Amino acid sequence: MSTDPTPLRADVCAVAIADAFAGDGERLCNPIGNLPLIGGRLAASTTEPHLAITDGYYTLLDNVPPVGLTEDERRDQRTVAHWNPYREMFGLLWQGKRHVMMGPVQIDRFGNANIAAIGSWSQPKSQMLGFRGAPGNTINHTTSYWVPKHGPRVFVDSVDVVCGVGYDRAAALGPVASRFHEIRRVVSNLAVIDFESDDADGIPTMRLRSVHPGVSVDEVVEATGCELVVPDDVAESRGPTPEEGEQIERLDPTGLRHREVPES
Amino acid sequence: MREGLAVAGPDKMLTEVEAVAELASGMTIGIGGWGSRRKPMSVVREILRSDLTDLTVVAYGGPDVGLLCRAGKVAKVISGFVSLDSIPLEPNYRLARQDGSIEAAEWDEGMLLLGLQAAAWRVPFLPTRAGLGSDIPTEMPDLQTVRSPYPEATSGEHEELLAVPALDLDAAFVHQNRADNSGNALWLGEDPFMDDLFVRAAKRSFVSTEQVVATDDLAGLADVTHLRISRLDVDGVIDAPGGAHFTECPPDYGRDEAFQKRYAAAARSDEDWAAFRTDFLDIDEAGYRAKVDELAGTEAKG
Repeated sequence: MSTDPTPLRADVCAVAIADAFAGDGERLCNPIGNLPLIGGRLAASTTEPHLAITDGYYTLLDNVPPVGLTEDERRDQRTVAHWNPYREMFGLLWQGKRHVMMGPVQIDRFGNANIAAIGSWSQPKSQMLGFRGAPGNTINHTTSYWVPKHGPRVFVDSVDVVCGVGYDRAAALGPVASRFHEIRRVVSNLAVIDFESDDADGIPTMRLRSVHPGVSVDEVVEATGCELVVPDDVAESRGPTPEEGEQIERLDPTGLRHREVPES
Repeated sequence: MREGLAVAGPDKMLTEVEAVAELASGMTIGIGGWGSRRKPMSVVREILRSDLTDLTVVAYGGPDVGLLCRAGKVAKVISGFVSLDSIPLEPNYRLARQDGSIEAAEWDEGMLLLGLQAAAWRVPFLPTRAGLGSDIPTEMPDLQTVRSPYPEATSGEHEELLAVPALDLDAAFVHQNRADNSGNALWLGEDPFMDDLFVRAAKRSFVSTEQVVATDDLAGLADVTHLRISRLDVDGVIDAPGGAHFTECPPDYGRDEAFQKRYAAAARSDEDWAAFRTDFLDIDEAGYRAKVDELAGTEAKG
């Protein structure tokens, strides 16, 4: 590593997102948003070749096209393997062979996530997306999150509305109702967070897994408005291998990822 | 005439005006489509022209919900989301939520499917895990849970699940690419959305369509699996070419993104909204089509 130049931040993020899907084998990799799509498709084209991906609409693909395509290009460049209209997507996710990556407006240390509204739900200060699929996703299959601007307004002590179910809420439901619940990873522009530490009640909580090259642990703690377990030794997030570097360029030839996560 | 014994459906053609005249204030109305995709917008525009109020609207919401909220037609929205797709947040729905002028039930997207399916199957609810542990049951306390009568295989526990109540609709409106005059209808895009459930979940159901065709021609237009809606579930058919504008209706036409941007921008101030109303809403459907065509011509030249 020491001889390599520091990798670009957006590329580190793409690799960290790809790594979140490691071990998923044959299931639907369903990241939402540009960088999550790039990272998910990176996993599908390198380390996890049996992942299924979507075309963003109504089909599952058996190839891995680039992101940012026009409507005509999207249709031209897909190898359709399955018809997946919305009702079929609900069927698939209720069955459980899916790992989604969503973008939270707020998230707390147990992984409770808000995408619905800021303020009270009954009369929001700012209406956001509503609950959308977050409750059903989180209680039925693996979920990860992507935060492009890591800061104390996103990582909060307590979210205004629980849309995506976190580990404390899952624990309160009991082991049977929560048996399909897993929040695996939160990847941000600064760091990678997992839930591989417990609080006093044995409930999984946020733990700093790695910091991106050029980011200090203190910087991440400062930018995190909720409790974050920091191990004695925090790894540095890895950059892309040469093969991953090539795939990232193929998947995002116009550099959408750098617009989402610019070099600071 | 058909060969053999004729059992052709009755002629159910009517206009937007006649269909909307069947509605009453306080009704629960389902609207098909998804976000800013294949919405029966010519019917929505007719509801805007009516004196209906106090409606409960059930939808995977888009500008249909936004327009009805802004016009003060709505008491309550039951939705899986309200979005313009390319513009994620529907501006008029946001305003209505933030000023508290409507009651809202924001269900998990899958819950809405189950509520429609329950109504279509005439059962009072369908169970799901979706929603458990989230703020949906706490913020919407009329939602109840139900305990499974069957033990779970491993634990022997009788699981508690969310009981999604049937969304019984007084009326439903969907937009389809083609239909015959008795209500057999098909979609030509890649997703039927939940339109077939909407029409089956409602007491009175209406299909607006890009083109009315002879029944004999339906099966030649697409694979038979696209003949999703049966006349058995339909009470009225509306001939509405361009009726989904400005939402998309592929392959007949895409979303009018320029118009959608104009709509979203106008929603930001009362003054701009008043001008938008004057230009596009306080006129009849023929006037609307003429204005849209004129606009498209200007933009093409510009």
